[in-house]
Amino acid sequence: MRTLKFLLRKELLQIFRDPAIFKILFIMPMVQLLILPLAADYEVKNINLGVVDHDRSAYSRKMVDKIISSGYFRLRDYSSTYAQGLKAIEQDKTDLLLEIPTQFERRLIKENESEILISVNAINGVKAGLGAAYIQGILQDYNMEIRMQWIQDLRFNRIPVIQVVPANWYNPNMNYRMFMVPGILVMLVTMIGSSFASNNIVREKEMGTIEQINVSPIKKAQFIVGKLVPFWILAITVLTMGLILARLVYGIIPLGHYVTIYIFATVYLVAILGLGLLLSTYAQTQQQSMLVSFFITMIFNLLSGLYTPIESMPAWAQMITWFNPVSYFIEVMRMVMLKGSGLADIRYHIFAMIGFALFFNGWAILNYRKRSG
Amino acid sequence: METEKVIRVQELTKKFGDFTAVDSISFEVTKGEIFGFLGANGAGKTTAIRMLCGLSLPTSGIASVAGFDVYKQNESIKKNIGYMSQKFSLYEDLTVVENISFYAGIYGLNDNQIREKTGLLLAQLQLEGERKSLVRSLPLGWKQKLAFSIAIVHDPAIVFLDEPTGGVDPITRREFWSMIYAASARGITVFVTTHYMDEAEYCNRVSIMVDGRIEALDSPQNLMSNFEGRSMDDVFLRLARKAQRTS
Repeated sequence: MRTLKFLLRKELLQIFRDPAIFKILFIMPMVQLLILPLAADYEVKNINLGVVDHDRSAYSRKMVDKIISSGYFRLRDYSSTYAQGLKAIEQDKTDLLLEIPTQFERRLIKENESEILISVNAINGVKAGLGAAYIQGILQDYNMEIRMQWIQDLRFNRIPVIQVVPANWYNPNMNYRMFMVPGILVMLVTMIGSSFASNNIVREKEMGTIEQINVSPIKKAQFIVGKLVPFWILAITVLTMGLILARLVYGIIPLGHYVTIYIFATVYLVAILGLGLLLSTYAQTQQQSMLVSFFITMIFNLLSGLYTPIESMPAWAQMITWFNPVSYFIEVMRMVMLKGSGLADIRYHIFAMIGFALFFNGWAILNYRKRSG
Repeated sequence: METEKVIRVQELTKKFGDFTAVDSISFEVTKGEIFGFLGANGAGKTTAIRMLCGLSLPTSGIASVAGFDVYKQNESIKKNIGYMSQKFSLYEDLTVVENISFYAGIYGLNDNQIREKTGLLLAQLQLEGERKSLVRSLPLGWKQKLAFSIAIVHDPAIVFLDEPTGGVDPITRREFWSMIYAASARGITVFVTTHYMDEAEYCNRVSIMVDGRIEALDSPQNLMSNFEGRSMDDVFLRLARKAQRTS
């Protein structure tokens, strides 16, 4: 225990003395947490719309007005021919082209149906898909509206309409920040934890100070724990600052208890830091450890369910997420934040994380050799 | 007690693949002795030292340090030795005092002993004014003297010094050697590698390594008379010219 005390004191002195570590550890994540959630938005806004209106009728104008007033579209091009409209797409001026045929109004009234053409620039698949979906939704609305008008006017019998009313449980306003901000926080804590831990041992290798440790009677486990604890403290501090920021800036208050989050985070960080330490026992230079930990955390983050739902991944990718600690923490964060889950609800997540922690740290201790072969 | 052997080495060998870095060396070192390990760059000095310190596993041969076997009791060896590597290895971002107390602490000294040792070391090295300076800011000669003092802060039975005076000016080297003598007088066995031949003459006994083998082992006086050299320089050149390896 006494040896550990000296190791910890040395580590903390070094961390607090390094101004760069401090900046990276606190300022960088805070800035990211303030900027990323504003930008990483699932809603597609500002879709550039081009219109070719051959009809130029009251109905067609009303329809375009309705589309524009939805707030998702910006009218960027108003051409007289389809070819010109398409050219605007080619020049990247517009993302979506709406062509209204001549006789649109007349056919709508006379034949009770009319067609319009939507051409979508599908280079950005998300934008194209959502844009087309939005416009279809708006047109359906529009369709309903004019029919309702006719019904009232003509005092026809009411046509029964089945309406679907969604109830958004746990996040009633579908506020994407409620699930993005906790997720981004998990990502930040993970990246900071793993890369700092792995760089630290490798730096001792590069400086040659690890030789002096290896030639001393320090035990391997003492050394690993001595590295783990200081970074655990730092990562928990970053997490705390992130949670405070989420509350103050985004008004995100967990429905469950902060305690639940911290209990899980405690185990989670031991696992993630263990992974970082494990990498450092293999890497010889800081460049190597940086690149490898970057590579691994990137895969972890992309397959974590932060950006895309795990359920919609192919089966093999879903298998991988079973072995991805990040996906557990993101799920726990969302469960506690939005659903108010307690310890009992996340017990399997905790068990899995204890497994990860034992696995990574055990491997790190095994692979850290005080004596080379 | 005069002839107590603190290091025994028999046919110790270290191979890296096809390359034999240390080729079946044998020697013994007596307690309190200053034992010099000479050789050109790449002769295998550092590899030999690393095996004795328990940092590198020998390929074959027998060796014991401070009565402990290098294969099985390497962690017990570590409690009884000090080591100063070729590469400067104090923490540059810690102060003089922090370095002393860290190394004293991990070797199990208690708080009183640490305080005592710190005061003593600072006085010996005349570093009282620099106690709160970062080690990074010290001149190389001071760093090396500090590193040596810290390597023996726990009063080990043996201290291994791997080219401790590389790049250090002659005056500081002289001071460094008087520290080595002082340590030896306290009963610490000193195992030192160097390629400064004037330093070789300060040793009680010297072994000269060429291509991983020990070509000669004796007191500097005997070596000079046996090899008909006027100085250790002559002796070394005569032996080292036989080297096949290039460094």
